[in-house]
Amino acid sequence: MQDYDIVIGLEVHSELKTNSKVFCSCANSFGGEPNTHCCPVCVGLPGALPILNKKAVELVIKAGLTMDCEINDLAVFERKNYFYPDLAKAYQISQLVRPICIGGHIDLKDKKVRLNRIHLEEDAGKLVHSTAAIGTLIDYNRGGVPLMELVTEPDISSADEAVEFLTKLRQKLIYAGVAECKMEQGGMRCDVNVSVKKKGSSEFGQRTEMKNLNSFKSVHRAIEYEAKRQIEVLENGGQIVQETRKWDDNHGKSVTMRKKETSSDYRYFPDPDMLAVEIPREDVERIRSTLPLMPDQLKAKFMGEYGLSEYESDILTKDKVLSDYFLETLKHFDNPKEVTNWILTEILNRVKDEESFDIKITPCDLGKLLSLVAEKKVTRTNAKEMLTRIWENGEKITALEKEYGGNVDGDALKALVERIVSSNPKAVEDYRTSDTPEKVFRWFTGQVMKETRGKANAAKAEEFIRELLK
Amino acid sequence: MDIGKLSLIELSTAIRERKLSSYEVTKYYIDKCHEKAELNALLEIFDDALDKAKEMDEKIDKGFKGKLAGVPVIIKDNILYKGKIASCSSKFLENYVAQYNADVVTKMLEQGAVIIARANMDEFAMGSSTENSAFGVTKNALDPTRVPGGSSGGSACAVAAGLAPVALGTDTGGSIRQPASYNGVVGIKPTYGRVSRFGVVAFASSIEQVGPITKTVRDNAYMLEVLAGGSEHDETSLKLPVNDYLSEITGSVKGLRVGVLKEIEEAVRGLDCENSYRGAIELLKKNGGEIVEVSIPDFKLTLPCYYIIAPAEATSNLGRFDGVKYSRRSKDAKDIDEIYVKSRSEGFGREVKRRIMLGNFVLSSGYFDAYYNKAKKLQQKLIAEAKEAFKVCDVLLLPTTAGEAFKIGAKDGDPVSMYKEDLFTIMANVLGVPAISVPYGKGKAGMPLGIQLIADSLKEGLIYNVADFIEKQEVK
Repeated sequence: MQDYDIVIGLEVHSELKTNSKVFCSCANSFGGEPNTHCCPVCVGLPGALPILNKKAVELVIKAGLTMDCEINDLAVFERKNYFYPDLAKAYQISQLVRPICIGGHIDLKDKKVRLNRIHLEEDAGKLVHSTAAIGTLIDYNRGGVPLMELVTEPDISSADEAVEFLTKLRQKLIYAGVAECKMEQGGMRCDVNVSVKKKGSSEFGQRTEMKNLNSFKSVHRAIEYEAKRQIEVLENGGQIVQETRKWDDNHGKSVTMRKKETSSDYRYFPDPDMLAVEIPREDVERIRSTLPLMPDQLKAKFMGEYGLSEYESDILTKDKVLSDYFLETLKHFDNPKEVTNWILTEILNRVKDEESFDIKITPCDLGKLLSLVAEKKVTRTNAKEMLTRIWENGEKITALEKEYGGNVDGDALKALVERIVSSNPKAVEDYRTSDTPEKVFRWFTGQVMKETRGKANAAKAEEFIRELLK
Repeated sequence: MDIGKLSLIELSTAIRERKLSSYEVTKYYIDKCHEKAELNALLEIFDDALDKAKEMDEKIDKGFKGKLAGVPVIIKDNILYKGKIASCSSKFLENYVAQYNADVVTKMLEQGAVIIARANMDEFAMGSSTENSAFGVTKNALDPTRVPGGSSGGSACAVAAGLAPVALGTDTGGSIRQPASYNGVVGIKPTYGRVSRFGVVAFASSIEQVGPITKTVRDNAYMLEVLAGGSEHDETSLKLPVNDYLSEITGSVKGLRVGVLKEIEEAVRGLDCENSYRGAIELLKKNGGEIVEVSIPDFKLTLPCYYIIAPAEATSNLGRFDGVKYSRRSKDAKDIDEIYVKSRSEGFGREVKRRIMLGNFVLSSGYFDAYYNKAKKLQQKLIAEAKEAFKVCDVLLLPTTAGEAFKIGAKDGDPVSMYKEDLFTIMANVLGVPAISVPYGKGKAGMPLGIQLIADSLKEGLIYNVADFIEKQEVK
């Protein structure tokens, strides 16, 4: 294995986050009763014509700008002709010669992966295999959903790098508001091209393709499997055949789907129903000006402006939900370090599903909670208990504040402090003689909190204790 | 009032002014349709037409003043009218019911039209004689042993035979003008994009247009005012205001620069159309027109250019007829591949199959640059050449066809000879410019011939004016 270089290129399809489909006004939403988000255009009825959704073009431009692509000033749509039951018109409207974006790159930790292009096309419907008696049914709800296809140069050299690339890509698309990339809904799918060559050789080996991998894990496994298979074939004196292989995630292996000789000639030609799309520079600049900070930029900001560590910044920018949450909380409690600590421990420990980041306390409430701790109106321990009750039972923070907050106060608190100090003469003595009087002091505040079950006004309690210990 | 003798404009005026009811007019024409069933011009006479006419009468009583209020109209069978079959004269779509209205249908209905029938055509508009219809050939309105032309043969025959005051056709390479010429009626192919294609079953999307076929030029102009206009359903439609074409008809051709094409001089010599052609030139000259010889050097390449672009688009457009979703599916098909192959083999006629194969060939990898791309480049070159020509002339004058309508079966088994039928008409489609055919003169057997007038984009008004002038002289 170490005698070989692995060469990987990816083709990634992501469904764009538009309200309507790419060539008609049907809703672009996942699921729904079969064939209910359909019209003459997206089921390809005779006489129907496509009308381009400009928003989809804008999103692809947006995506391209986050990856330093060049934006073509003229984009052309073409027909890719092939027969398949989920393809209503027997052609897919796609782009070949003049895609919206060309070039560009995504930077990984150790390398730059060059992009070949990003283009806009339409998704196909879905086949639903039913019982033998009914046969196969077709749901065209997904037909005409806008897809961006990103094609990389063969710059990726391992399964790990492929996953790193996809993670970065997904991050960018979500941050830019281009796509939601819901893998489990097929919102992001990946075709993988793999070949191997003798280390150092400049000549590429024959490649094979695996289509429609819909999780990073299967991308990783499929690449590892395929590279190993190809090397074995070569080592045994065999030859790699150009083919499309089907990855079987259940059995952890790929099998031949179709050989090159039987693959389609797509007979691309410009779609005569559509006008070429002019993309003036001003539009590109306008779109650029609407781009939010990308994860790398945010990370730099977190480290520079907020003094967070690289580790902390990495985690916070891993997902847009999280960095948005962080920034929003800061608006209510302006201590980045403290907010980060809470998010990284208390919040993330409670998040069950890292795909959806379902955080069950609003940034506003978290900010309030941290303010209570900072103002010593509640103890840290109680604040955590409050968080649990908000998270699990949806209780109101104002009610909890009354319950936990510093409601032992004033004369009652003073009396309590006097009682504790007077009944612990040894500790008082220690305080006055010890090298570390603060330690003893904290023991006293601890006693007060223990007696009040954390409900003492901590700031006041400290004031009283200090006075009595003088 | 003799309904059959009234022009479209007269008829619509009479109905609007309540001198005639839509019901009696519609009844008159439907009776004619039944009477002349042996022409096989129509595939179906709509049984709700009389009810629609009655409804329209009520509307007109309440003050409705649409341009086509209560006027019966016939549509070609590739134009969708919701709830009615649109078969494109193909077995494949024999029972296909339109799910929505074509833009042109919507526009006509908004103006009060009563659509009474759908007209026969060459299957998927591929052909020049209506002999490619899966439902039998249409006969020429003037001689039942001759073809009516095509592909809008049913529409042209229907107007000539008096089955309706107006019919819609579609023109991809001459499919309105050639049958209009053969039947002695008027037909226009508007500027590409002038009329929305939404709801018209596509054959060659980049060059085809819907247009009216009428008995007179003025009727034609009146009808195009209804059909023209941009649509939000068709990106390629031109979002421009619609002209008042009738006001552009002045009755004079004085000072008009009439271009005659150098490149057809040889071709016309000895053809049946020669007298008509030269006569029309003389006529315009005599009446103040200035005759200028112009050149479109690549004219002879328009035919091969067309026979690459049109089949390429057709093969893709017809892919959706795959037997999966609607219409015909072979009863013998056992799996998905058989559904495709058998349904299409059984459902399509010979000419359609021929063009699908042609189209696949010119688009296939390895041939794409040599054929399709070259044809598209040639098209651009032709457009540039025409621009030059239109700098020195206002209209181009050409014969519509080489000769009069030929006998049914005369060109069987000779597709190339059939393709050459479109020699003079194809240029306007390749260029995207408007072209009209107006009857002028007779052929050897006394059948009508047409003169074709072509102008630069959007100048329909100009060719209507010249055509109207020629028409009036022809009547004299």
